[in-house]
Amino acid sequence: MATGLHGRMSATPNAAVSVRGLTRRFGDRAVIDRLDLDIAPGEFVALIGASGCGKSTLLRILADLDHEIEGEVEVPVKRAVAFQAPRLMPWKKVWRNVVLGLPGLPDRRRAEAALAEVGLSHRANVWPKVLSGGEAQRASLARALVREPDLLLLDEPFGALDALTRIKAQELVGELWQRHNCAILLVTHDVEEALLLADRVLMMKDGVIAHEVRVDRPRPRAVEDTYLAGLRAQLLGWLGVGQRAVVEEAA
Amino acid sequence: MSTALDLPSRQATARSAVPPALPENPRIARQRIQPASAERRGVPRGIRRMAGPVLLVGIWHLLSVTGTLPSEVLAGPGTVLSSAAKLWGTGELPDAMVASLRRALSGLAIGGSIGVALAVFSGLFRLGEDLIDSTMQMLRTVPNVALIPLLIIWFGIGEEPKIALIALATAFPLYLNVYAGIRNVDQTLVEAGRTLGLSRAAMIRNVILPGALPSALVGLRYSLGISWLALVFGEQVNATEGIGYLMSNAREFFQTDVIVVCLVVYALLGLAVDFIVRLLEKVLLAWRPAFTGA
Repeated sequence: MATGLHGRMSATPNAAVSVRGLTRRFGDRAVIDRLDLDIAPGEFVALIGASGCGKSTLLRILADLDHEIEGEVEVPVKRAVAFQAPRLMPWKKVWRNVVLGLPGLPDRRRAEAALAEVGLSHRANVWPKVLSGGEAQRASLARALVREPDLLLLDEPFGALDALTRIKAQELVGELWQRHNCAILLVTHDVEEALLLADRVLMMKDGVIAHEVRVDRPRPRAVEDTYLAGLRAQLLGWLGVGQRAVVEEAA
Repeated sequence: MSTALDLPSRQATARSAVPPALPENPRIARQRIQPASAERRGVPRGIRRMAGPVLLVGIWHLLSVTGTLPSEVLAGPGTVLSSAAKLWGTGELPDAMVASLRRALSGLAIGGSIGVALAVFSGLFRLGEDLIDSTMQMLRTVPNVALIPLLIIWFGIGEEPKIALIALATAFPLYLNVYAGIRNVDQTLVEAGRTLGLSRAAMIRNVILPGALPSALVGLRYSLGISWLALVFGEQVNATEGIGYLMSNAREFFQTDVIVVCLVVYALLGLAVDFIVRLLEKVLLAWRPAFTGA
């Protein structure tokens, strides 16, 4: 990991994540183009943006899955990822999936405690294939949180869930975040989801963080909240949809 | 099944009621959906499938007793059965089966271990791939049976060339399938493993090898099939025991009944081994979503 400190460009020392001048090229195209980003410890940040804007690429870089980069990136050593697909090892029982990669022998009690947190203790000893989509996603969350990460990266974790399950999963993530107090970067295409969960919503465009809004609203939040509705219209406007709503807001 | 047509006025009885005869309801052409259970009538499928082979044996028997099919050409099913019983009684047949099975299994054990070891090495390491894979891909195009003369020169005419032939024949299917299995492991799972902080050894043990297992078992099944084939060829080379020996002896004396017995035994041994692999798959691949039971 890069550690250089260069005057103005230096990394914020006590941030959980600090990114300076990050560039990632695919061929000639810079999907991420001199991007700066700080995430404070314990902060819940949502990252939105149009399809193909590079938000998932950014997450993959923070997860140390993509090293073809220029610039400075610092992330916590203890970090975990939950992907859009649960990516459980199909040949391991659920509880073994949860503690996979932890030092020492597989600790079933630790796995069960983590599964209990996401309401899945009764599924500890089954194959992943029998889990429903929502259950598999919760197991994947348990696997991420059992590592007690300082940074949790969530890559559209609710994208493949049905509407009802998604709402429950969002509530769960909110609760887990408050209990574990880790920084979260949630990549999503759902503006409402971002506003319901995050302290700060970032919008990525043309390879940088183009816009940013703070969501100063106590939790739990409701979609009907007029303050959130205003932010929503603003974000959708930046995304290039719902222009009329923005115009009305401004009027 | 009752049709739930919830007309507001009939809500109280809607659950049990037939929908009311609506006036002016135009007549719609309807069709009764047959429950699946009603369709399974007549001769059970299992018996129907038996009919073909039974008929064939029947014709064979008829041709034999009428003398149309002389026993020098092909002995009748009755004769085959009685000579099978006789060979079993004298212990000739069980001995021959044990000898043949031992050859097949030791050949498979040697060839299979070599194939799997090479596949793991070339699947996991770039160096292994460069050194081994092209060589294996080249060698596998040589028909194994064509090597018999060379094997005889190298190993003589005892057990060794037979086992060597089987080992050679079985190494390739296992190599190819294990290698492909390792290389086709789901990359998203490998990535997930990396985010979990798996070391290289832990990744191989927990992700790559289990992921290659389905493919490896396909390879095992191919290898077993080919080991029988190689066995038949190998046992034609001056065998002093085994099913091939029984067969070539029978050929000397025009005992077509014994030849047929040997053919049936080859087939049954093949079936038995296939059954064992299926059992193995059932146990080892219970986690697989696509797996519906052997």
